[in-house]
Amino acid sequence: MFETSLTSNDLLFLLKGAWVTLELTVGAMLIGTLAGVLFGLLRATLPRATLPLAWVLDVFRSVPLLIQFVLFNALKSIAGLDISAFAVGCIVLGVYAASFCTEIVRSGVLAVPANLRRAARSLGMSYWQDLRHIVLPIATRVAFPGWLNLVLSVMKDTALVMWIGIVELLRASQTIVTRIQEPLLVLCIAGLIYYVMSLVVARLGARLEKRWQEND
Amino acid sequence: MFDYTFHWRSAFKALPDMLAGAWVTLETAALSMLLGTLIALLLTVMRQMQHPLPRHFANTWVSIARNTPSLFQIYILYFGLGSFGLHVSSWVALLAGITFNNAGYLAENFRGGLKAVPDTQMRAARSLGMSAFQAYRMIIIPQLLRIVFYPLSNQMVWAVLMTSLGVIVGLNNDLTGVTQDFNVKTFRTFEYFALAAVLYYLIAKTIVLVARLMAWRLFRY
Repeated sequence: MFETSLTSNDLLFLLKGAWVTLELTVGAMLIGTLAGVLFGLLRATLPRATLPLAWVLDVFRSVPLLIQFVLFNALKSIAGLDISAFAVGCIVLGVYAASFCTEIVRSGVLAVPANLRRAARSLGMSYWQDLRHIVLPIATRVAFPGWLNLVLSVMKDTALVMWIGIVELLRASQTIVTRIQEPLLVLCIAGLIYYVMSLVVARLGARLEKRWQEND
Repeated sequence: MFDYTFHWRSAFKALPDMLAGAWVTLETAALSMLLGTLIALLLTVMRQMQHPLPRHFANTWVSIARNTPSLFQIYILYFGLGSFGLHVSSWVALLAGITFNNAGYLAENFRGGLKAVPDTQMRAARSLGMSAFQAYRMIIIPQLLRIVFYPLSNQMVWAVLMTSLGVIVGLNNDLTGVTQDFNVKTFRTFEYFALAAVLYYLIAKTIVLVARLMAWRLFRY
């Protein structure tokens, strides 16, 4: 009754694509989080002096990701940089993630009451001690849900790297569709994989969040 | 290392066409926002209902819209519907995909906004003799829209950025599509896409500015 020419090899191909999606997400979030924390702290401590930084990061949020990919890819060829398409994807997504992460970290740091920081300093902590032991733990808890949302949205945005020729989940499903001509089935499987990945990340994050809140 | 001469003149020559494309982009985004807001309001109300069927339907819509890439949603509409013999143009697929996505995200925003409208408002409206529909239309939704106005304007910017995905399903008259057309003809990728990026940036900033002006005009007491 129900026949399909989808083989187990095709499923394996899809899962490989899903793995590339995950790798891209992790790579981009690594870049994005590191840069985001750095920029966010700068933005929170020196709001005036880093205003140009905010403008620059705002550009990455107001230009479609697809165009950023194409632009950076073209720039890479113009400048003669010899990096893989995967690295291009990671860098562009990373910068994109950083521009959002900066705002998340900034609002987290600003959510720490100023009196708490003054209290920490008056107990004899140095600036860095205050930052490390007081500000960052509290800011992390405030910023975490936003950061998790960012992870989920970056994971979904990795679908766009197909445009610069990386075979990730959606591109893999498209390749199979061209071969077996059953778009609905294959796309539904790809959608299910995305859905499950998002769900797992969201669940893990919710559990971590709960654990952090236990001692509050 | 840098043996490349930029040819900005040809890109600027294409500016009128690209501006026309930008207008299509803006129209598509505005239309999808309009439909998306209406559907999102419907979904929000459906999620409040006692009957499980509309509630499950709305919850499924929201979770699919929020947990899968918008490109995937456009794909399903463009390629997937073909297996039912339903062939839609790429513009319709793009519009439907973005609307689906917007509705899902906005429904979630509206749910938060609805919590911020006090329950007593509804009860007061009902005790004044309004029907449930009247109470929603005249009391709840105006207050709700005021609360979610900022997320709404944000979503509008997202909608504009999402229209750029149309080029992947073969749309060629929106801003990205026009740019890609010129790119294919001339291979001046960087120049054309840089110009497109500037235009997108300007559109996004204009939307934010207009939203701010509108908020100032609409929401002063």
